Amino acid sequence: MSDTATPLSQMSEPTISAPKMSAPKMSARGVNVFYGEKQAINDVSIDVDVDSVTAFIGPSGCGKSTFLRTLNRMNDTVASARVEGEITLDGENIYSSGMDVVQLRARVGMVFQKPNPFPKSIYENVAYGPRIHGLANSKADMDAVVERSLRQAGLWDEVKDRLQESGTALSGGQQQRLCIGRAIAVDPEVILMDEPCSALDPIATAKIEELIHDLRGRYAIVIVTHNMQQAARVSQKTAFFHLGTLVEYGATSDIFTNPRQERTKDYITGRYG
Amino acid sequence: MTEHTVKAFDNDINALRALIAEMGGLTEEAIDNAMRALATHDIPLARKVVEGDKRIDELDAQIEKLVVQTIALRAPLADDLREIIAVLKISNVVERMADYAKNIAKRVETIRSTSTVEPLSLLPSMAQITREMVKGALDAFVARDPVKALQIIERDRAVDDFYNAIFRTMITFMMENPKVISESAHIMFIAKNLERIGDHATNIAEMVHYIVTGEKPPEREKLTSVE
Repeated sequence: MSDTATPLSQMSEPTISAPKMSAPKMSARGVNVFYGEKQAINDVSIDVDVDSVTAFIGPSGCGKSTFLRTLNRMNDTVASARVEGEITLDGENIYSSGMDVVQLRARVGMVFQKPNPFPKSIYENVAYGPRIHGLANSKADMDAVVERSLRQAGLWDEVKDRLQESGTALSGGQQQRLCIGRAIAVDPEVILMDEPCSALDPIATAKIEELIHDLRGRYAIVIVTHNMQQAARVSQKTAFFHLGTLVEYGATSDIFTNPRQERTKDYITGRYG
Repeated sequence: MTEHTVKAFDNDINALRALIAEMGGLTEEAIDNAMRALATHDIPLARKVVEGDKRIDELDAQIEKLVVQTIALRAPLADDLREIIAVLKISNVVERMADYAKNIAKRVETIRSTSTVEPLSLLPSMAQITREMVKGALDAFVARDPVKALQIIERDRAVDDFYNAIFRTMITFMMENPKVISESAHIMFIAKNLERIGDHATNIAEMVHYIVTGEKPPEREKLTSVE
């Protein structure tokens, strides 16, 4: 990301590179998470790669959402939470004292299960982040940022003539795409999605999945999902969590056709015994 | 292995296994009866084999329908998925084996008298190994036993050897006994059918290995055949 004051609107379109064996975008090593005395995450190490979607699957309470939140320090907002171990973004430890958490959360954006547009206009929803981060110098720049973000989020054509309408007046699926556009507007490097489609109907879900497919060329995406078919459809890598432990992590096609671990197999084939 | 939480899924898989078992049993019987009819020139028995093939075809169609339904409704994954795909392929293979048995039975009627063709005596031994392979492959499927499956694959070599021996013998016999070329040709085709049944039993065994391990067994050395 550029440290200069180049407004987003003047940056060239990021190229979608071919998959390459580059260093992981984010890396977790020996991560433990505690809520007070209770340990929620147990010695998890995993890489998140660029140009790909990584899915976290596992039964309720397995820790996948907790772990997801460690990736952009959202657990900081929970008083009793304590995170141990190392998590790096481009090799830099995000839990080091010098890390600007606000900046971190722009670089590692998050989309939640329940769409949560601000009670502002569609335009303001998207402009808010760039404005706060000083990413646009003029109205023209900001207009360009908003348009580009909404285009990338697959929402532009539906809302371009009503940008001043309230974001909360949109349908559920549109609201979720607005939230994705909002995350994109601050030019993140990683997008975390916590069950982004759980509250949506199949058509809205399909549109979001198609959007995820388009976005993965630009961003590293991590998606937590209850829906195994969705994980199978959208991701290239899948990580199976159980009781706070990372049981298995591998290529999605391998995990779903020939998993190595018995627990993984039992979970995905519906043998909860 | 633990049952599926949704019991109906287990019911579907059990239904498929039962259909394959029935189909396999009928096919083993058909091969058996076809060879017996050949040995004793038993035309009624031969006709029974030909008639019986209809039921086997029906079972194949039933299995295919149930497989498609199970995939659509249950979205099977991992070993469930591999098993269901393998069941579909095995059903197809068993149906082919039954067709070969029917083909053998059909020739019983057209062979005027088999006693004049000496090399015929090689056939029962070949048929015996073939029958054992078919039974063994289907047993390995029921037991999900990849070790047993590999043994079946090994035995195919013996069947191929038999076929090559019969082929060479028949060529010589036909040159020396042109009057019985017609019967001789039928014998060749019957031997070829048995050899193909052996190949198909090997396919089933490979499928069993795939279901259990997720991989096809290592490539076996293919012997060069006379053809």
